[in-house]
Amino acid sequence: MSDLQSQDYVRRSASTMTPPVARSHEDQVAKLIDVSRCIGCKACQSACMEWNDLRPEIGHFEGSYENPMDLGPSVWTLMKFAEYENEQGNLEWLIRKDGCMHCEDPGCLKACPAPGAIVQYANGIVDFISDKCIGCGYCVKGCPFDVPRISKKDHKSYKCTLCSDRVSVGLEPACVKACPTGAIMFGSKSDMTHWAGERIEDLKSRGFENAGLYDPKEVGGTHVMYVLHHADKPSLYSGLPDKPRISPVVEAWKGIIKPLAVAGIAFAAIAGFFHWITVGPNEITEEDEEEAARALRGEREPDPEEKS
Amino acid sequence: MTNTWQDIRNANVVLVMGGNAAEAHPCGFKWVIEAKIENGAKLVVVDPRFTRTASVADYYAPIRPGTDIAFLSGVMRYLLEKDAIQHEYVRAYTNAGLIVKEGFDFQDGLFSGYNSETHSYDKSSWDYELDEQGFAKSDDSWQDPRCVINLLKRHVARYTPEMVSRITGTPQDKFLHICELFASTAAPDKAMTSLFALGWTQHTVGAQNIRAMAMIQLLLGNIGVAGGGMNALRGHSNIQGLTDVGLLSNQMPGYLTLPNDKETSFDEYMSTKLFKPLRPGQTSYWQNYRKFVVSLQKSLYGDAATQENNWAYDWLPKLDVPLYDIIRAFEMMNAGQMNGYICQGFNPLQAFPDRGKIRRGLSKLKFLVTMDPLDTETSRFWQDFGPQNPAKPAEIQTEVFQLPTTCFAEENGSLVNSARWLQWHWKAAEAPGEAMSDIWIMSGIFHRLRELYRKEGGAFPDPILNVSWKYTDPVAPDPEELAKDMNGRALVDITDPATGVTTKAGTLLDAFAQLRDDGTTAAGCWIFTGSFTEKGNQMARRDATDPREQGIAPNWAWAWPANRRILYNRASANLEGKAWNPKKPVIEWNGTRWVGIDVPDYGPTVKPSDGVGPFIMNAEGMGRLFARNLMAEGPFPEHYEPMESPVENVLHPKVNANPVARVFADDRSAFGNAKDFPYVATTYRLTEHFHFWTKHALINAILQPEEFVEIGEVLAKEKGIEQGGWVKVSSKRGEVVCKAYVTKRIKPLIVDGKPAHVIGVPLHWGFTGQARKGYGANTLTPSVGDANTQTPEFKAFLVNVEKTSAPVAA
Repeated sequence: MSDLQSQDYVRRSASTMTPPVARSHEDQVAKLIDVSRCIGCKACQSACMEWNDLRPEIGHFEGSYENPMDLGPSVWTLMKFAEYENEQGNLEWLIRKDGCMHCEDPGCLKACPAPGAIVQYANGIVDFISDKCIGCGYCVKGCPFDVPRISKKDHKSYKCTLCSDRVSVGLEPACVKACPTGAIMFGSKSDMTHWAGERIEDLKSRGFENAGLYDPKEVGGTHVMYVLHHADKPSLYSGLPDKPRISPVVEAWKGIIKPLAVAGIAFAAIAGFFHWITVGPNEITEEDEEEAARALRGEREPDPEEKS
Repeated sequence: MTNTWQDIRNANVVLVMGGNAAEAHPCGFKWVIEAKIENGAKLVVVDPRFTRTASVADYYAPIRPGTDIAFLSGVMRYLLEKDAIQHEYVRAYTNAGLIVKEGFDFQDGLFSGYNSETHSYDKSSWDYELDEQGFAKSDDSWQDPRCVINLLKRHVARYTPEMVSRITGTPQDKFLHICELFASTAAPDKAMTSLFALGWTQHTVGAQNIRAMAMIQLLLGNIGVAGGGMNALRGHSNIQGLTDVGLLSNQMPGYLTLPNDKETSFDEYMSTKLFKPLRPGQTSYWQNYRKFVVSLQKSLYGDAATQENNWAYDWLPKLDVPLYDIIRAFEMMNAGQMNGYICQGFNPLQAFPDRGKIRRGLSKLKFLVTMDPLDTETSRFWQDFGPQNPAKPAEIQTEVFQLPTTCFAEENGSLVNSARWLQWHWKAAEAPGEAMSDIWIMSGIFHRLRELYRKEGGAFPDPILNVSWKYTDPVAPDPEELAKDMNGRALVDITDPATGVTTKAGTLLDAFAQLRDDGTTAAGCWIFTGSFTEKGNQMARRDATDPREQGIAPNWAWAWPANRRILYNRASANLEGKAWNPKKPVIEWNGTRWVGIDVPDYGPTVKPSDGVGPFIMNAEGMGRLFARNLMAEGPFPEHYEPMESPVENVLHPKVNANPVARVFADDRSAFGNAKDFPYVATTYRLTEHFHFWTKHALINAILQPEEFVEIGEVLAKEKGIEQGGWVKVSSKRGEVVCKAYVTKRIKPLIVDGKPAHVIGVPLHWGFTGQARKGYGANTLTPSVGDANTQTPEFKAFLVNVEKTSAPVAA
């Protein structure tokens, strides 16, 4: 997306900034996806394509209701379908709308070396500012949910914007508006958390003892949350991370780079200095370059869990 | 629907069986979710596959395709045995206590009166014992062994849980659990809604599937109440409107019957439609039939329909067969008896059974006219598209006229939704290219035909030459003018004898109660009277105010009949006129009249003490557990196997399938057997697509791009079929080569001790549009229909499946 809302930034990649103070009472927003009332109709996917003018290729049938088969530069949200046989031997078809989780502590933003390419607004939305993106793919590595995808065409990174353009003018995200069963809700994070509580109570009364809210504290909570029937096992839902973690490499790098950046030293020099004193010459850079190159070729990142 | 979409939220139990509402009606399905969240409802799904609806269900049970009557008869047996019925309701509002004639019988799969040569019934014994005044005899104590409830008990006694499971493959414990959930709604203040669609209609026993459930709903007291009813979810935005205006070959607008060739005079036609009450004091509303027919004729023929010419009765077509349904039409085409075909908003090559036969039939035509907004497969049937349409254009002489039409958003008009609402819509865009409205095209054809008849005479020009065509623009009549025709108007000043109010000549009528049989009123579709009045276009109303927040917004659009939202709503109240469920009243008696949130389906001032039954369209005023002579197969539903079935009928092997199904000889020879085609197949739609339209739309094509079939893991393993691998699915009629979706959602069912495998065949792909080319599910399906309606049996047939490699051309 383009940079529309700089007044609302609270964080900006590879930059030190003091959030503008004039706006002081913006609510944190959240999208709540209640998987227990989702019927997997893909209206959200369709609305996302319509609003954002995205048209991925017409693919093939590949043994699943999922289509396209993966998130992509033109696929910002995707219904994922998992067939699960529970302890009683009964089938459950766990359908989850996948996409950016808009972490409170966004790994992509932390990893991003391009100043201002990734921002977080006061309402919590994490947005990619395309004209600042250098296509390095660090955000792909930084994301604990495997969400951003680099376009082979323009070498820029893309993901769900939580319809920041709509939200900024008081509209709900397109997927929320299109959802026919009200499985996708949007509002303040506190309202959504409260409503989730009611839904969880209902699910518990229907025998889902482990129903709960997915708002993982490991990333400081998320601005896209799920009501899950099996909150004890998020990974049942097509690999939703049980404990999402930002790669320690990104954390370490970010933790030191920030104070140095404050000192006003040029980014390249800091990076070089940092690498040289902490890890040794070029080692991490090489790895990251490889990642970026791979991402540019459109290959999938390994699971951050596996790497850590 | 007897009820409305919004009313689903009032249910305590939502049954989705014979349909897949979440998949096929995702927008309306929000009300099921509402019922769950706001009313604590339990959602029960019975389906051969674990569907998208099942994914949000509280309880799911599998069933073998084509065995729903066995399941539902088992439910009836359970309810009657456990006495889990709503007694007061059943006693007063159904025909449970009426006594059936001596002579009515059921033996070895056949009801009394069967003629094995004509495959039809003499139905004279399927009726009540009448007294001297011609009223049905009744035994309110239910002691008489021939009263309906006792005959029903005897009829369903065979459907024990063991037998149900043996036939349907549904595990007994699951079946019994569902019986319990149903039974919980026998309480007067509890309701179950039944949501169904083509999963029940598209069987040789389709109408009886629905009847069986309707009987359960009557036994539970769930008809007429909020959150109850029999709710057919229509598959196309205006298929309800199509049936309402009589676009079936044996009907006229408003569910009036088209005459047959034995009814040579109007009096003879009317003699079978007198609907004399069968119980004292009953309304028997069809006694007004003549008013509706005469008003229709005045609408069609204006001044040319007179008392002297019996309201132009002779100009109506007379049927020489029960109906000219699609299966018969293509049979005739193949036999060279039908040479031209006008195909308006229909895609038979994709939509009708036995695609090969459809293609052969179209190839024999002299001309084919297609009217459609899209480039349909039917209009390209003659073109060689490779294995998906192996036509040989050089051998086909059919001349094809492809007339592009406007789409619904490119014209004003009304659509009737499943809840019987006539909703006006406004043109949103200009039509592209040369597209013209259907009205313009049909008017043009009419004018040219009339001109030819004028010039050349012809065998019988009167029905065409005398048509009344008084429109401002005769070339393309305005949709509002046509809507006013449907509504009807007074032709002279008419005075209501009861109120003394005079309706001036030319005035639009407010209600069908104003219609007359003396030629002083005209109405093109009596059930639509009230939709476009002097107060304006009622269909265009958009006030969503719902006074009790109970799903009834009386000023949103207009529902037929009479803006009534819940049919049979008198039955929502007890004998004294108080709501069975005080929390969700629909109409109640206030001491002088019926009042509430809906228009009473009843005389508005008829006292509860008058004993008038709530089912005013029926001559006995009661809901029918015994259908009299109205069904082809019998007054009670009976389990018959699909025409192609993997097992024999364990109840009566000699009467395996529907004994009155009409089967043409060539179609019968194209039925396969379980030896060659051992697996049960069923066809269906997916959320991502709307029939055969949306494969033309890029986003839908992206969301579900390519033809596939669903196969259970067990069978896939047995046959070496891999996830996403190529398979060949074949029936006696043809084969489909496509991808396989190997899934846990279909499990083998144990039927009569042996495993039965089900194969799911989604039907959206063809050879035009943006999605990848497909063979089409109807390549496989048998050409046979329901014995009452001739709706094709798309939901249960036999196939074989084999692993194969990708087709060369793909």
